[in-house]
Amino acid sequence: MKKEKLSELKETAFRVREHIIRMSGDGGCFIGASLSCADLIVYLYKEFLNVNKNNLKDPGRDYLFLSKGHDVPALYGTFAEIGFIEKERLMNHLKTNDFIYWHPNRNIPGIEFHSGSLGHLLSIAIGVAIDCKLRKQNNKIVVILGDGELDEGSVWEAALVAGAKKLDNLIAVVDRNHFQANIETEKLIPLNPISDKFEAFGWKTGSCDGHNFEDLERAFSEFSIETGKPNLVIAETRRGNGLPSIEARADRWFANFTNDEVEMLLKELHGGKITELTSETIVAR
Amino acid sequence: MTYEEILKDLVEKDERFMILTSENRAAIRNLPDQIGDRFIDTGITEQTMVGVAAGLALRGRIPVAHALASFLTMRAFEFIRTDVGIGNLPVKLVGGFSGFLSEANGPTHQAIEDVSIMRGIPNVNVFCPADEEDMLIGLRKVLESPEPFYIRYNNLKSVYKHSPDFEIGKAEVVSEGKDVTIIVYGVLFSQAVEAKEILETKGLSVGLINLRTVKPVDEEAILNAADNSKLLVTIEDHFITGGLYSVTAELFLRKKIICDVLPVALKDSWFKPALLQDVLEYEGFTGEKIAERILVN
Repeated sequence: MKKEKLSELKETAFRVREHIIRMSGDGGCFIGASLSCADLIVYLYKEFLNVNKNNLKDPGRDYLFLSKGHDVPALYGTFAEIGFIEKERLMNHLKTNDFIYWHPNRNIPGIEFHSGSLGHLLSIAIGVAIDCKLRKQNNKIVVILGDGELDEGSVWEAALVAGAKKLDNLIAVVDRNHFQANIETEKLIPLNPISDKFEAFGWKTGSCDGHNFEDLERAFSEFSIETGKPNLVIAETRRGNGLPSIEARADRWFANFTNDEVEMLLKELHGGKITELTSETIVAR
Repeated sequence: MTYEEILKDLVEKDERFMILTSENRAAIRNLPDQIGDRFIDTGITEQTMVGVAAGLALRGRIPVAHALASFLTMRAFEFIRTDVGIGNLPVKLVGGFSGFLSEANGPTHQAIEDVSIMRGIPNVNVFCPADEEDMLIGLRKVLESPEPFYIRYNNLKSVYKHSPDFEIGKAEVVSEGKDVTIIVYGVLFSQAVEAKEILETKGLSVGLINLRTVKPVDEEAILNAADNSKLLVTIEDHFITGGLYSVTAELFLRKKIICDVLPVALKDSWFKPALLQDVLEYEGFTGEKIAERILVN
């Protein structure tokens, strides 16, 4: 990857993290999961997917489905950066004058389908992938799944069907931040080895460092239609990535920070000192 | 045309139509060979099938998805509610062996709360044809509608020449009656016809309404019946909660109408598994038994 490209991606991801941090005040958001997949989402929209503000309704565009709907601030932050929505619109987070709430919905340009209930969008994506195949279009259909989401039986039902239907235009990406809502995945319902499980279901699998753009590029460059197998990319990530004060912490799943804390976190993101957070920990939402 | 022939015709003439099943091919066994890749069998995966149908609908298709009514509406309920209902997508969900049609399968297979839970989902409509002829009369309009629909598949042979005029939300008013009006949907229509005939031999003036769509419901037909008849009888192979009796109660409460309504429905227990005629006898849903219930009311 060229230096300029790399620094541009880092720059965008940095601004997306700023958006996410701002959304963690005044009502709050699922900050941990948003920060874990911010780089992944920025990479996909800027480098991998053929989708932009001019072809959002074009049936030949690529699709991204965010199945783990909690992390929608990362998606909206990216949308603001790539021009799907005005940056000012992010100020409407949780306000009744807009539709920017805790889970994705189709009132926001670029959202392909609503989510929030886990284990749904892999099957939605299969429907889209089947139709693209029927119409002999070469679109790529990407679904981002949470690792905790893999507990849902419907994911495995859909994984079985995707393998059976040989949907090589489908790419499921697991945001492997090693957390369920409030507990580490391996301490509750162990998921490893994830790739073995999907391979047994007829998938082609790969993995990468979900915070390293060059490694993301390597992993996604391995994708090609006509393998006859759906694709899985396990993006190894850290919950809360970019903010040492909340990184990999079980209790910083949903956060509703004070204005002062938000300001301190923004400074922390810029390399300032680690924020001492006093806001109540919210473990369920 | 048969059910299959209508689907085949729609698929051939309109590229939007896709036929899906979660490995329940009873009503569509000939289609796989006839329509090729417009037929998708997802295996025994009701949830995934509904999700896939929603995904296809996002791409402009009208998926007609088949499964046993109990597993379609209950196993995949949240997929219907969340993906089809919230998405307001034109997915058509065809439930086989609903109500008494599950015959001797036992309670696991008895979809007798399906109308209640499907009509409870915003945007989702409910079509419960009286028999095969009635189903085929309404089928095209229901499938071509831009709205989601739950269809209680019903291939019972017809005992009555139905009106070919079908409109979503419009009941078939078989007759009007001064003493009693029977309101019915689905397989019990033929028993209602028999009950009406028995009551007429006793000198009663009997109205009969075949609802066709339970949602949207023909409020005007029900209100007219309430105006003109001394007694209304709602008949359904469904729990008494949430089905036609509830639809009627909701309507009357809203319109501030007080009238006598006799519900003929299943009360808080699953029915005795047996062949259809024996179920009707055992549970008291034959025309004769329904007429008796009305006469002692």
